[in-house]
Amino acid sequence: MTEISLNILDVAQNSISAGAKLIEISVIADIKKDILTVEIKDNGCGMDDEKLKNVVDPFFTTRTTRKIGLGIPFFKLAAENTGGSFNITSQLGLGTTVTAVFGLSHIDRMPLGDINFTIHSLITLNPSIDFFYLYKIDERCFTLDTREFREILGDIPFNSPEVSAYINDYLNENKQVVDSGTVI
Amino acid sequence: MKSLDELKAIREKMQSQIDLRSENEHASTRIVVGMATCGIAAGARTVLKALSDSIHEKKIENVIVTQTGCIGLCQYEPIVEVIEAGKDKVTYINMDEKKAQEIIEQHIIRGQIVNEYTINSKMSE
Repeated sequence: MTEISLNILDVAQNSISAGAKLIEISVIADIKKDILTVEIKDNGCGMDDEKLKNVVDPFFTTRTTRKIGLGIPFFKLAAENTGGSFNITSQLGLGTTVTAVFGLSHIDRMPLGDINFTIHSLITLNPSIDFFYLYKIDERCFTLDTREFREILGDIPFNSPEVSAYINDYLNENKQVVDSGTVI
Repeated sequence: MKSLDELKAIREKMQSQIDLRSENEHASTRIVVGMATCGIAAGARTVLKALSDSIHEKKIENVIVTQTGCIGLCQYEPIVEVIEAGKDKVTYINMDEKKAQEIIEQHIIRGQIVNEYTINSKMSE
């Protein structure tokens, strides 16, 4: 995994496996505090305390309700290697929240990478799941909410070429407004 | 900032093409990309992008690209499966951007399986 956005894609797959109907992803850079916070929150089946204790163990995996193997340990290590932190909270039946904090300017921090394609593929490949995405740098931010899209589109699917292209443009144009093309 | 008004315009435009859409829902071919940790780490997202872009560019209809988890062949990731109605599933292994474009060109458009990239060719070595 060479990009934070690939880790986000990977962690979101766990939310999908957990039967989430809504997945909220946020990428927040605070330049003054020099931190980059990434959060993936779902309303899937959640985990009990026993399972939660084990998810950061690379040799623990459960293939009955959720698949957890190397993905979470990778993500945790990537954050901690930059002087950041990693946290995962979960409640059975309610959902799971994964939070990773990175040292923004730390030399070992992997780049955010193609976050827009991660978000775009999650939305178009999982048309029955709703996504809320927040991209924020200091005081500037934009959000994408598929529930709003759905309200406008009715039964027109997200993976139809026109809508897919719109989502792509929406992400690219708004990201540009927020970060002016700065590579995070 | 891009607004939601454009999305409304798309809806207006597409509502007059309902026939086209219901046809699209009965996609006869599914292209499945393995998107578990192993697949993503091996480059599945790049492969997925190449497949989607290629389908979009060539305006191919009745084909949907979708995802799956880990099928236990991590050493062969990125794995792409082509599932066509009434035919045997074809499993392509160790995919990359270029190979993905070739699959679209040869298999999806011309109907010819690219044997050298399939898992069967690996097994018979």
